[in-house]
Amino acid sequence: MPPVNDKTLTLHSVSKSFVSGRAITHAVKNVTFSIKPGHITALVGPDGAGKTTLLRLAAGLLLPDSGTVSVFSLDSDKQSEQIRHLIGYMPQRFGLYEDLSVIENLNLYADLHQLAEKDRQQRFIQLTKMSGLSPFNNRLAGQLSGGMKQKLGLACTLLSQPRLLLLDEPSVGVDPLSRRELWRIIEQQMEQNGMTVLMSTAYMDEAERCSEVILMDAGECLQKNTPDFFKHKMLGLCFAARADKQSNRQLQLYLSQQDEFIDAIIQGDDVHVVMQQGATLENIAGIQFESIEPRLEDAFIALLKSRYKSAVQAPAALAQAGASIVTEDIIQVDRVDRWFGQFQAVKALSFTVKRGEIFGLLGANGAGKTTTFRMLCGLLPVSNGQLSVAGIDLRTAAAKARARIGYMSQKFSLYSHLSVRQNLVFFSSAYGLRNSRQQQRVKWALQFYELEPYSDTNSGDLPLGYKQRLAMACALMHEPEILFLDEPTSGVDPLARREFWMRTNQLAATGVTVLVTTHFMEEAEYCDRLIIMVEGDILTMGTPAEIKRQAQSENRQEPTMEDAFIHLVTQQAQQ
Amino acid sequence: MLANIYALLIKEFLALIKDKKSRFVLIVPPIFQLFIFGYAATYDLNDIPIAIYNEDANIESRDFISRFTASSAFTEVLRITRHQQIAKALDEKKVLAVLHIDQHFSRDLLTAHQPAKVQILVDGRNSNTALIALNYMQTILADFNLDWAKQHHLRQLPAQLQVRAWFNPNLSSRWFIVPGIVGLLTLVVTVIVTALSIAREREQGTFDQLLVTPLTPFQILLGKAIPGLIIGVVEASFIILMAVFWFEIPLLGSLVALYIGIFLFVFSVIGIGLMISSLCVTQQQGLLGGFLFIVPAVILSGYATPIANMPVWVQNFTLLNPLRYFLVIVRGVFLEGFSTQHLFGQYWPLAIIGVITLGCAGWMFRRRMF
Repeated sequence: MPPVNDKTLTLHSVSKSFVSGRAITHAVKNVTFSIKPGHITALVGPDGAGKTTLLRLAAGLLLPDSGTVSVFSLDSDKQSEQIRHLIGYMPQRFGLYEDLSVIENLNLYADLHQLAEKDRQQRFIQLTKMSGLSPFNNRLAGQLSGGMKQKLGLACTLLSQPRLLLLDEPSVGVDPLSRRELWRIIEQQMEQNGMTVLMSTAYMDEAERCSEVILMDAGECLQKNTPDFFKHKMLGLCFAARADKQSNRQLQLYLSQQDEFIDAIIQGDDVHVVMQQGATLENIAGIQFESIEPRLEDAFIALLKSRYKSAVQAPAALAQAGASIVTEDIIQVDRVDRWFGQFQAVKALSFTVKRGEIFGLLGANGAGKTTTFRMLCGLLPVSNGQLSVAGIDLRTAAAKARARIGYMSQKFSLYSHLSVRQNLVFFSSAYGLRNSRQQQRVKWALQFYELEPYSDTNSGDLPLGYKQRLAMACALMHEPEILFLDEPTSGVDPLARREFWMRTNQLAATGVTVLVTTHFMEEAEYCDRLIIMVEGDILTMGTPAEIKRQAQSENRQEPTMEDAFIHLVTQQAQQ
Repeated sequence: MLANIYALLIKEFLALIKDKKSRFVLIVPPIFQLFIFGYAATYDLNDIPIAIYNEDANIESRDFISRFTASSAFTEVLRITRHQQIAKALDEKKVLAVLHIDQHFSRDLLTAHQPAKVQILVDGRNSNTALIALNYMQTILADFNLDWAKQHHLRQLPAQLQVRAWFNPNLSSRWFIVPGIVGLLTLVVTVIVTALSIAREREQGTFDQLLVTPLTPFQILLGKAIPGLIIGVVEASFIILMAVFWFEIPLLGSLVALYIGIFLFVFSVIGIGLMISSLCVTQQQGLLGGFLFIVPAVILSGYATPIANMPVWVQNFTLLNPLRYFLVIVRGVFLEGFSTQHLFGQYWPLAIIGVITLGCAGWMFRRRMF
């Protein structure tokens, strides 16, 4: 084994570009850094920043156009064979064989890593125990939940006891409990073997737990430092704002339009704001500000927003619309069951949603939220129970109910070969809009979502953020009363997530009811009310503050939504 | 209702035409296949390589040989001088047949005491080709006999067979094959286009997006079926034009009869394509499913091998195959000059198959929605 020196992974002025057709993408531009051995380094940045390319370069799966990548002082070009035995790389979707059982998958990867037969049993037991997979040894990988799949993927990667572990967004689509377990496995391995880890992540709270953070944008490495350093720069700029006369949503809208602030988001009972460097709070009257501890996310947003000045701006036209919330139930779900063969995906579910609410449906993968969602949209019939949307029973008049809802799926389902305009025209005609009304709405969508420069671009060629905008515009062409959003922010970076919530809030302010599913616990903060689902059942229901209060204890004064989730799940498991 | 379907049609055509791959599927393979089948697939033999072993060096034998070498069907590639060379030439596939003329050929011919002897040795490894070649040779031999008898005032055989092929006087196999391609390619393109259409939307997730609109499943299905119908008919028309103007196959019958057939045929094939599509989740499955249907459909259609030669139970099975009926229609109209009244027997089974398959597709489509 080559000596493990402090040169774990070093990149020296590395560049990589891709050519597709006539377009050249500079995915990584002149990046130089090295990571600390025996520590975790986080790689953060917006979508398309080049994080995955960088990890693939480090894994030796790609070769740099220029510059050098060296792993333990071995060159990734000339000594790739030796490097391969020292690293473990887990891509976003790990290549599990879905038709093989857990143990068969482990055996397969053990064969691929040429793990000696005698060491196997012990290693398998150790890894399955650590990941909590031992009761499921004989289950097919295809039947595992998202979190379990990810843990199995990590276990397969760790079989060969790599000295350097490269993880590409390991916790996307994974529920908070599995996320904690993933971290535990990684930390345990680091302690035992002195492993070094480089992981890309979209979760800022995850990045905060790392020793160092590398911030990337547009292929460049902007900064590399400890999380504390990043946070330290934001000291004195972060506040929790509160106003007696305004609702949090109105307050957020107001604050986000002021020049003094870079960022304003709803966080529990307050609005969390980040002030511009050098600005003062003197001119803002009637609002109480309480200075709070900065988070890494604040630093991240501040850095990125200084690069994209005009990225997120609240269009004034909608912002004024007053929120007059009528207490009328627009969605009624009454003891709804859904069976798939012998499996009950949804169990006697009952809840109501009021007009103009943002209602959240939270839960891990496989909790039944997608099934519930599809039933509400009329994509799936209910097995038992009553379901009415906008006062229409879905069983008797599905087409009529569908005319009053908008739906955006997590894949941003658009016709990729049709241009932006053609997509808008098609979906508006599908909703029965004609002639001048149609032209007017298409024009509105192009303007409101700032899609005009792209109107003749094929939707498949749009950047991800614009795809999301177009998908939302298509769902809103017919001005629905209710908007269904299925994991709208999955895989989207914090900046785009903010922009998305900004527009959603504006919609809710005009009286549109929004039903949203998410597995980002922090996004629950944006909802007026929410339910958390576990195994087809409602775990809890209420406002974000009410739910968090349930997890309050002596040593945890201000629990996060994630704390609350884990608290409630473990509490239920104990009963 | 009409406006909705119109919007679906526009979307469907834009998606087909703007996508490089599906544009390719519509244009290149049909042209490619048309030329391959039109030129390469033929039962006719041309330039059959033969060797000649002439042991008789007189003018009669040379005259006899020239009848072979002058024919476009045979080319002399080898002159054999010793008996041992025969086996070698056939073994090595240098020649398909050896024409061996006996050393007393001219003498026997002139004296007419005993038959003049000619031996033909044929490579029988490909029985089909061997039989056709033998057939050509026998024809040449018979002609030679007839002419010899005439010139030398010998008594002719009392009964003589006068063969005249109707509908295809030169028995050109291209006349038989090219009209069949109309059916074959229309089948392939229509099945593939429809089998991929719903699967493509499922794969891209747009299908759910479509289902949450107020469009009814019937409208969506119609929006998928009509583009298939239009593309199938256009494809068929293109190949008919090529057959008539490029390959110069006579089109004797009524165009109306032909187009009724095309419509009914495409109609029934769309049902099958949509059935396949509603079962598939990915385009790959759609493509595989399409070919799972196309290959047996072509083999059991009478396109290459006559249905009458198949075992009875297979013959009964072919009654379910729309291509079987359409081939009768297209060959009938092209070569036999059929008009509508001759073809009712073919129209109604197509119509029934179409109604059943489309009905099934609609039913499966609704069931698989969830």
